[in-house]
Amino acid sequence: MFDFILSKYNYWIYIILMMIGFYAMIGKRNLVKKIIGMNLFQTAIILFFVSTAAKRGGTLPIIEHAHGHGAHAIEATAYINPLPHVLMLTAIVVMVSTLGVALAIVIAIYKRHNTLEEDEILRQQK
Amino acid sequence: MIPQSPVLVVVIPLIFSFLNLLFGWFRRGLCYPITLVALALSFLASLHTLNTVITTGTIHYYLGGWNPPWGIEYVVDHLNAFVLAIISFVSLVVGVYSRRSVEQELPDKTVFFYTVFLLQVTGLLGIVITGDVFNLYVFLEIASLAGYALITIGEDGAALASFRYVIMGTIGACFYLLGVGYLYMATGSLNMTDLAQLLPNLYGSKVILVGFAFFMLGVAIKMALFPLHVWLPDAYTYAPSTVSALLAPLMTKVGAYVMIRILFTVFGPEFSIEIFHVTDILAWFGTFAILFGGIMALSQTDFKRMVCYIIVAEIGYIVGGIGVANPTAIKGAIFHILNDAFMTACLFVVAGMVMYKTKGHNISDFRGVFRKMPFTATIFMVVALAVIGVPPTCGFFSKWYLLLGGIEAKHWGFVIALLLSTLINAALFFRVIDKGLYLHASEHTGLHSEPRYDEAPLSMLIPGFIIAIAIILIGIFNQAIFRNIIEFAVPSGL
Repeated sequence: MFDFILSKYNYWIYIILMMIGFYAMIGKRNLVKKIIGMNLFQTAIILFFVSTAAKRGGTLPIIEHAHGHGAHAIEATAYINPLPHVLMLTAIVVMVSTLGVALAIVIAIYKRHNTLEEDEILRQQK
Repeated sequence: MIPQSPVLVVVIPLIFSFLNLLFGWFRRGLCYPITLVALALSFLASLHTLNTVITTGTIHYYLGGWNPPWGIEYVVDHLNAFVLAIISFVSLVVGVYSRRSVEQELPDKTVFFYTVFLLQVTGLLGIVITGDVFNLYVFLEIASLAGYALITIGEDGAALASFRYVIMGTIGACFYLLGVGYLYMATGSLNMTDLAQLLPNLYGSKVILVGFAFFMLGVAIKMALFPLHVWLPDAYTYAPSTVSALLAPLMTKVGAYVMIRILFTVFGPEFSIEIFHVTDILAWFGTFAILFGGIMALSQTDFKRMVCYIIVAEIGYIVGGIGVANPTAIKGAIFHILNDAFMTACLFVVAGMVMYKTKGHNISDFRGVFRKMPFTATIFMVVALAVIGVPPTCGFFSKWYLLLGGIEAKHWGFVIALLLSTLINAALFFRVIDKGLYLHASEHTGLHSEPRYDEAPLSMLIPGFIIAIAIILIGIFNQAIFRNIIEFAVPSGL
């Protein structure tokens, strides 16, 4: 059991990080804390994707001396999978824009209500 | 014939949205015509695509000439050509309608409004056209981010509603992304067609099951399926009226489309229906969504919020139809995607016109609307009859197919919910019509003055009439739509 947890520790960390973020998004009453939770949640997904790409003993997916050395077969197991990394580059861009939009909305809320506590804002709206 | 039409559908609004920003610096008045040109061109391209699909069958478009599964592929079959046409038509009509209401509600933000408006349309069209699950995630986020921004610029309270939507929407999108990750782990592919071939051997795998669960949850949040709908009423009530008319009909319908794709194209029907009985659960969620949406709508005093709960119920119709999962019900569900997009758009267009004149969107603001705004009231009557489901409006026919499908599958809960919902809708709209007829005006206000004729401007009325006429025409010519498109759009293997 302990081995099982230890050998896949990166996935456990991803789950723990994600749950911390999830809790912050739902449980916290302060809007900026919610955004921090959202960011943690998204970052956990990056860890998950990058973990799926890793291989024991794998190296960078760059083929050395490829030019002029003929077409020789490539051993895929020797290289880590580059595709999840590329997907995460796109996902990071998406996450940064989400963060930007969320912060812009929070600024708009702050200008209107002068506070970032959700309870206080709801009281003002009544 | 233009072979590039599938990509043009998406690229035209994207490029024009940046042109908007550029020309908007010099002349603010240019934004509206630029937006209209973009939407019209995109509509033409999507019509051309639909026509090609009807005559020659499924189109595969390889972006940049990279063959799948390595490159991104656009696959257009009957189902998504149909949804593309709906999206581009509704956004064009709402685009025409937007001018006066944007001038009134957002006078100093027109440039940014139209830029984000086009980005929003790009995202919605992209979700529907792509054949790649990760590409779908990116477009989903483009559409959502544009949606957050558009909702925030609404009236007081919109910012907090939008913030809640950001939190919920991000959870939904992240769940979707996790689903993509689990599927990629097990299959090594992101292409939908490729996944459909690889997945049947792995149906027993727990990884696939987890991925599937994440997909469903993510999509259910994005389409506001009960009980994950909590972000929707606030967000669409406080949004500017044009934004409600654009987002409310389209965003949820696109979610319904993605759900059909994942259930029946990426995963086969045998996985969704026989191995895990997901559709049975979905049918019950649909049933509860219909009942809950209807009851909540009855208790609202705000017209826009009432329409929002009607959307929750209508999503229940579609999901219930998908969940009943026999060809008749699926046909009804797909047809209801079309009908509901038009009906919801029309309801919000009416709300926008009333708001343009009265500055409010409560049901009480409809007082005397039949005298004051007779044309608006005519449009409203047509759409009210369609939502209730009176023939020959289109709402009747999709409900009919859904009912037949429910009876065929002996899913009595869904059938009863559908019938009850018809009654509830009738009650809902007669409440508004009662106010509109101005019968009790003197009792309530003590005023005896007759309401004066005060109609919304033509640029708002004409789009409203186009949708209202379309609602009737779709109803009358429903068999043509069924024969040419929907028969082929039903997923194979049901």
